[in-house]
Amino acid sequence: MFYWFGSQTLRIVYGIGDFSLFTAKAFCALANSKRLLRRIISAVHEQGTVCLPVILIVGLFTGMVLGLQGYHVLSRFGSQGLLGTLVSLSLVREMGPVLAALMLIGQAGSALAAELGIQRNTEQIVALETMGVNSHGYLVAPRLIAAILVFPLQTAVFVVVGFWGGSLSGSVLLGVDSGVYWSAVQRAVEFQDMRECFMKAAAFGFLSISTCAYQGYHSDRNTSAMGARAVSASTTRAVVFSSILVLVADYIISSFFV
Amino acid sequence: METTSHQFAIQVEGLHKGFNGKSVLTGVDLCVPSGSLFTVLGPSGSGKSVFLKCLANIIQPDAGQIRFDGHQLTFGDRASQLEFRRRCSFLFQSNALFDSLTALENVALPLEQTTDLPNKEIRKRSIEALKQLEIDEYAGHYPAQLSGGMQKRLALARAIVTHPELVLFDEPTAGLDPLRRNAVFTMIAKYKRQFGFTALIVTHDVPEALVASDRVALLNQGRICFEGTPGEFSASEHPVVTDFRDSAAALQKSLAIIRSSSV
Repeated sequence: MFYWFGSQTLRIVYGIGDFSLFTAKAFCALANSKRLLRRIISAVHEQGTVCLPVILIVGLFTGMVLGLQGYHVLSRFGSQGLLGTLVSLSLVREMGPVLAALMLIGQAGSALAAELGIQRNTEQIVALETMGVNSHGYLVAPRLIAAILVFPLQTAVFVVVGFWGGSLSGSVLLGVDSGVYWSAVQRAVEFQDMRECFMKAAAFGFLSISTCAYQGYHSDRNTSAMGARAVSASTTRAVVFSSILVLVADYIISSFFV
Repeated sequence: METTSHQFAIQVEGLHKGFNGKSVLTGVDLCVPSGSLFTVLGPSGSGKSVFLKCLANIIQPDAGQIRFDGHQLTFGDRASQLEFRRRCSFLFQSNALFDSLTALENVALPLEQTTDLPNKEIRKRSIEALKQLEIDEYAGHYPAQLSGGMQKRLALARAIVTHPELVLFDEPTAGLDPLRRNAVFTMIAKYKRQFGFTALIVTHDVPEALVASDRVALLNQGRICFEGTPGEFSASEHPVVTDFRDSAAALQKSLAIIRSSSV
């Protein structure tokens, strides 16, 4: 029992250290990276343009559900006029950054983990190293930079589309006055809420993409599976770990702002 | 004659490597003359690929010294590693081509990432390398759209585009038919002559290696048990060499025993 507890603790400590070293190596490699801008643009395309439809759809329906549920709860107290406040604060402070991050993990993060896993499996990463190319700088760093830029932008899109979704269900379908809804949105959201939203989004972007990159990059370390199974296992771990990390980080960051 | 270190592209002394308590290399000593086509032969599982990966600084040896052009290679020393990798190329058994990049992008990648050459010059040199390997008309194709032989040529184009002094070939003819094996050895010999690099090949294809190589060595049970010219290899009476060299005769003998016992 003690042995198991001790070995698991050591494993976790080693994992955290190794993960920190991995991200540090990626950022250090930026200094000597060549033609970095082109790779960052390509990563922005992967995480931004490619994932935009998912963000739009999920943002719209999240806003609509918030509008629907919020209307029925608030109407019990005769406070339908506060629907804009409920929808906007829920989206800006919590649901926008978290759900956008989870969607991006599902699409861009899993794709990144699988891509790096296959590249590890087919010796492409070793080939890069033998050419004298820093694989952290070439494969990981541009994705991290892109994540820090793209996650806040995608979150902003998610939140704005969510506002429209809330308006659609609350005003158009359930009859809350449109002017009341939008003025409540305008009054409710303050600079501090926006700051919290974007800080969370940037932190989630960094944590989730670095976790996915770490899992894919080290897919060969998995001793329980080899080959294609190792890639699928590392992709699953990437999605699960980064989703958990996002929720844990959400609580920690929220506790500083509340 | 007293030899100086730079007469040898690679000098290996007492190289040891093991995995999970099992020794794979048990004291390899080898000198590869500069500008030669040197082949390390050995049966499957004899540690050839591990040996080559130790030379390429991909795997850290447990003990021993590796010198490249007289300079000792230290695993983990980023500066010496980069200097070595700038002057050396590695051709993987699986080719390790970047499957999401086109043939031209594959060849251009080492130049883009390790040099400050302008884009125009990189493109020119990459197309030149593809032309030399006669695959320039497939510049826009992805590796998966090329045949096995073309992929091998593309991997070689990527390896030589940086004008390396040493190219390490890991089983370049694995899984190929005899005609393609000949073509690969011819290609290596041709470009070695053209570009003047030292070629170190590990393989278990004896006939082709003996014809194409300047020198051969035989790795068995983690040690070099023979090293010399192809002529010396053919004439050697060393039991491991004769077993390996005369495998066809041994097969004939085994089959004859089986046939006679079944009658």
